[in-house]
Amino acid sequence: MKIGILAIQGDFELHAQMLKKIGVAWQLVRLPQDLSACDGLIIPGGESTTFIKLLKKSGLYQELKTFGQEKTIMGTCAGLIILSKRIKNYPLETLALIDLEVERNAYGRQIDSFIDDIEINLNGTVKTFEAVFIRAPKIVRIGRGVVPLGKHKSDIVLAENPHILVATFHPELTEDTRIHDYFLKKVAANL
Amino acid sequence: MLLEDKNFKLKVGLAEMLKGGVIMDVTNAEQAKIAEDAGAVAVMALERIPADIRAQGGVARMSDPKLIKEIQEAVSIPVMAKCRIGHFAEAQILESIGVDFIDESEVLTPADEEYHIDKHAFKVPFVCGCRDIGEALRRIAEGAALLRTKGEAGTGNIVEAVRHMRAIQRAIKHITTLGNEELVTYAKSIGAPVELVKFVKENGRLPVPNFAAGGVATPADASLMMQLGAESIFVGSGIFKSEDPASRAKAIVMATTHYMDFDIVAKASEGLKEAMRGMDIKEIPEDQLLQTRGW
Repeated sequence: MKIGILAIQGDFELHAQMLKKIGVAWQLVRLPQDLSACDGLIIPGGESTTFIKLLKKSGLYQELKTFGQEKTIMGTCAGLIILSKRIKNYPLETLALIDLEVERNAYGRQIDSFIDDIEINLNGTVKTFEAVFIRAPKIVRIGRGVVPLGKHKSDIVLAENPHILVATFHPELTEDTRIHDYFLKKVAANL
Repeated sequence: MLLEDKNFKLKVGLAEMLKGGVIMDVTNAEQAKIAEDAGAVAVMALERIPADIRAQGGVARMSDPKLIKEIQEAVSIPVMAKCRIGHFAEAQILESIGVDFIDESEVLTPADEEYHIDKHAFKVPFVCGCRDIGEALRRIAEGAALLRTKGEAGTGNIVEAVRHMRAIQRAIKHITTLGNEELVTYAKSIGAPVELVKFVKENGRLPVPNFAAGGVATPADASLMMQLGAESIFVGSGIFKSEDPASRAKAIVMATTHYMDFDIVAKASEGLKEAMRGMDIKEIPEDQLLQTRGW
């Protein structure tokens, strides 16, 4: 199994370190041809406006739309934004691979970034996870086929549909591999 | 210990999100929009770009908060702003208006010739310039969550940024070869805390990201700095002092993402109108160099 990590920009190296720690093969994806060897893909944190602009320029945008219907993609923070169907407060054409409406920078600016415990439910039991939220988005509406997997206070912060897993926070900024492990299981199940 | 502190981790976290991108100097909301549309990951809001500060002389200070707010209103990407070295009151103002990153910058006239700002006292993260490993680790000890080369701002000449990036990369490699018994003496010789020297030895990298700044004017400059180990690119005067800023901004973004793909860098370099004129560092009298400000 090989996981691609979108490397347009952002904290893609931290996802690579996470996969290295788990012991899974990975490769950086910058152009459409990089995607062909990948069984799953991670879209990291970064700036969603930059991602979309460069994805469109390289032709990866269309490729990802197809990839996400057959294989598995995880998106964290900016990755979640570009996978979602609609952005409430910004006109950006997204990949629309998961039926979510999100609000960008929903908590405010960098001084409002925070670390806090969230509750996740990945296999039937609720557990806590220390989550890092940086200029984070909020999921304001979940649509058809979307299952919530994690909550911070009353906000859904982790969710999935059959091919897409998204987090509003950054599991790659912690040492905790549980969410990446869950993603890898999902990739294997969709092969 | 500093590096395990949650607040510090959040600050470095934002720096991680800016990696592999381009941060552009802008002087008004219209330029900020051009930068965002070109794919910038952040903008630096300031009244005058370094080339004009250099040309006009006088005391260069923090920008008018009203201008910074207009830029914050205009774009959705992070907005940075500069304060003078040691001027913590300017930094308090910038934090109060909610800038996402403060650059304690040698481009502005220093306010304190002895002390830099205690950056731990702030919730907003700071970026600082550095020319060598000692300066880099001292700034981190003071709480900087991001470093950049100083280069020589406002010259359009990459030579100083190259010098500073090479010096730091060389020192990182050197530190990894040191024995444990050598660390204290080495830390003393560069004037930096031994804990941070130890971190570099154990990890083969700095504890925070290091970006390139000071003299970037072309897509090739961006690719050069990324290949030398920069993790992102600050472009100051290079964009809005050029003939066609929008095209040049897009080209530098392309060259930064695909810095190892020389066909793409070549294509990005093609047919751009005139770059900023630039100047030889030797034309600048020693007392007018910006990079020697800070210690």
